[in-house]
Amino acid sequence: MTSFPVRLALLGVGLAAATTLVGCGGSASSATPPPATAAVAQTAALTVTDAWVKAADGGMTAVYGTLTATSAPVTVASASSPVSGRTELHEVVESGGAMVMRQKEGGFVVQPGSPHTLAPGGDHIMLMDLTAPVRAGDQVEVTLTLGDGSTVAFTALAKEVSAGEEKYEDGEMSGHESGSHG
Amino acid sequence: MTPGGPPLKRRALLVGGAAVLAGGGAALGAGLAARDDPVPAAPASFGAETVPFHGDHQPGIETHPVQAHAAFVALDLRPGSGTADVRRLLRLLTDDAERLMAGRVPLGAADPELPARPARLTVTVGFGPGLFDAIGRPDQCPPIIRQLPEFRTDRLDPRWCGGDLLLQVCSDDAVPLSYALRRLVRDARSVTTVRWTQRGFNPARGAEPEGTTPRNLMGQRDGSANPVPGTPEFEQAVWVREGPDWLVGGSMLVLRRIRMELETWDDFGRAGKEMVVARTLDTGAPVTGGLETDDVDPRMVDGRGIPIAAARSHVLQATARTEGEKMFRRGYSFDDGPTTDGLPDAGLLFAAYQADIATAFVPVQARLAESDLLNEWITHIGSATFAVPRGARPGEFIGQGLLGT
Repeated sequence: MTSFPVRLALLGVGLAAATTLVGCGGSASSATPPPATAAVAQTAALTVTDAWVKAADGGMTAVYGTLTATSAPVTVASASSPVSGRTELHEVVESGGAMVMRQKEGGFVVQPGSPHTLAPGGDHIMLMDLTAPVRAGDQVEVTLTLGDGSTVAFTALAKEVSAGEEKYEDGEMSGHESGSHG
Repeated sequence: MTPGGPPLKRRALLVGGAAVLAGGGAALGAGLAARDDPVPAAPASFGAETVPFHGDHQPGIETHPVQAHAAFVALDLRPGSGTADVRRLLRLLTDDAERLMAGRVPLGAADPELPARPARLTVTVGFGPGLFDAIGRPDQCPPIIRQLPEFRTDRLDPRWCGGDLLLQVCSDDAVPLSYALRRLVRDARSVTTVRWTQRGFNPARGAEPEGTTPRNLMGQRDGSANPVPGTPEFEQAVWVREGPDWLVGGSMLVLRRIRMELETWDDFGRAGKEMVVARTLDTGAPVTGGLETDDVDPRMVDGRGIPIAAARSHVLQATARTEGEKMFRRGYSFDDGPTTDGLPDAGLLFAAYQADIATAFVPVQARLAESDLLNEWITHIGSATFAVPRGARPGEFIGQGLLGT
């Protein structure tokens, strides 16, 4: 074993502390480690935790998680993944009485002390033109490119969510869920 | 809370104690003395308590005292499942278990209130023979997991037997347990089907002083002779010490569904009940005297030279006769009755963890099947065996050493 996984695990400790592991007063013999299959990604500027991707047979899907800026404001300018031909940063907005999603102008801006949540019904990373099915339990690599050109890589665990919770129509990209998420 | 609660409680306890004393007899003084504080403090809320997920051993085995509620679910891999499917399955179950045990929702779930108070929720995963076959590693399945001997008194119903993968989910609260189970099974069902589910319970947490041996539905203290978690005796009895890396630090589980004939048992005399087991019903102390923690003395005789403990009594037959026979029982009562005819349908989910089923459960159960006075009231109607991988280290999924990454 190289020291790489160890280093990741150690970094993950800081990462877990940075996010909100509420009320887990466990008596673990060591500090709270990162979830086994969750994203563990780190640069000095940005961490990604609780990353997951919706399982999909093909077409497109979305990546969710929590982005935390460690010390200074960070802009996520773009994203990429080996499983998608095209990746976009999206937001969901109301337009003409309907919730529609569209590309987020200027990317995601993450302020220190204010984790940026990517969640169904809100900001997310769209993986389009999937090159292979994303099956539940798969680990999908995602790389974020920040405003300064540096990159942050993380792994998202694929989960199945109920049919209908997320629908992406070709072209229109409407039919995002009807706002049941509070 | 009514004003003046504490004095009332104290009085109730004193009265209760007197009543027990009146009916208890000789062994009782010792039992009471073991409880040093007769007036418990107001019960503290335990909902926020968590058990660590990572470690040398999986949670839910040495978690002590045993939680009040349990669900055992056996899953079968869907036909055609292979290594990649099982790996994805275990990755999902590991991630879910870790989050749920910490009081958090699984990834993609949006109801933080349901798991927020896990009350010592644990998730334990076991592998049945079919899993080893599906991943093309039949050689890795301990032979005793594949083929448990049949015992003379077995009346096994296939609906309570076998399984490719076991989920044992325990908690002191049935609500977070229910939530955890549904989320785990939801993530498992693309690869598996549910073979059987067995739910069990022990006395509610706080109903008796912590550490009291749970009472089963026959009224017996069940587990008096158990090795105590954290002791060398427990480590020796429970954890696998030699074998493949994924199993060293793991264990083996025998789960037997034992039906109790409670109708006839209830009508059986108290002296007879205690003779059958060789322990008293009230404290669980041996009929030959001493404390609950003492062994039954098979050599003690009465004034006429007749042994006090019957040779065929349950405890004398069940007591480990070698180090290798020791196991840790983590049992739960089940009650699925009454039947339409108004009869009980209840018993014990006998869950025993041990380093080697071949040296522990097999010889002990062979002895009990051959000669145990209790057999008139109990019948083994379900049986399943699982290899229980060692605990996952941070960044690993359960069984990763077997499945690879």
